[in-house]
Amino acid sequence: MKFGVVVFPGSNCDHDAYHVVSKHVGQPVDFIWHKETNLSSYDAVIIPGGFSYGDYLRAGALARFSPVMNSISEFARRGRFVLGICNGFQILCEAGLLPGALVRNRELHFICDHVFVRVETADTPYTHELQQGATLHLPVAHAEGNYTCGDETLDTLQREDRIVFRYCDSQGQTSERANSNGSRDFIAGICNRERNILGLMPHPERACEDLLGSSDGSPIFRSLTATLASLQER
Amino acid sequence: MAIEDFEWTSSYKLSDGASELRAKVYVTLKPGVLDPQGKAIHHAVESLGFNGIEDIRQGKFFEIELGASVDEGSAREQVERMASEVLANPVIENARVEIEA
Repeated sequence: MKFGVVVFPGSNCDHDAYHVVSKHVGQPVDFIWHKETNLSSYDAVIIPGGFSYGDYLRAGALARFSPVMNSISEFARRGRFVLGICNGFQILCEAGLLPGALVRNRELHFICDHVFVRVETADTPYTHELQQGATLHLPVAHAEGNYTCGDETLDTLQREDRIVFRYCDSQGQTSERANSNGSRDFIAGICNRERNILGLMPHPERACEDLLGSSDGSPIFRSLTATLASLQER
Repeated sequence: MAIEDFEWTSSYKLSDGASELRAKVYVTLKPGVLDPQGKAIHHAVESLGFNGIEDIRQGKFFEIELGASVDEGSAREQVERMASEVLANPVIENARVEIEA
């Protein structure tokens, strides 16, 4: 199985993602420059955090027009796996690969913190090694992480069990206090209908080693790796 | 260059070519979408002593200079497409286009 980490001008968590895949997950991984259009050798692509195109216009808005994005749409349509973290989540929303939008945090501040998120569904390629209701302690670092969407979209996300993570307190209870960026329905991460695209604001790739204060991000990569392994066996 | 030949032009000054069109695009948050920046500006303005303000919503404004090859008929269609596909995110924003000769 082979991973790719997309690099846009302004990506800055690309090396973190690369490190986790190569050293922690222990799988081959390439950096993919945003002008690349051939993704045929990859099984999973990570769109990392950062400030692609300096967040000009809107966070993620300009990255959508990079050549690699058309290929990523096609890649996802073929059922391959796309994981968007932080700015990656913003890009996936701007590109229409995930519904909704990420707007300025409720209190306007850039939030750099460790937060708790609750696993809302174990029925995804990224969370099947976790228990529904488990809490993960993960870092966040964003100014535009306030998830918003229309009533109809929210209803669809709830009905189709596509809300993958919600912000919560250490006891696993959702509250406006724990929802520091003001996201609608406490949403921290969602997937598409086919469940092969996941976008989330927290940074699991920065939480895979106890040395970094938490290894709670690890099961997300473990789940994905197990998914890819089971597909290869077929 | 002699000093009298120097002509200062502001980078904000847009060219005033006779036959060219200019488009103005106003991007505003849809009603109901929370605007924390507008709210913060509202508080700041009130603290200056301006009273009676019901609400302030922040948006974006774009001035687009169109080349002489773009005629008035296609200008609106092109700029509206630009507005809905790039300048505004239709999930959260509305865009209004004005074309000026």
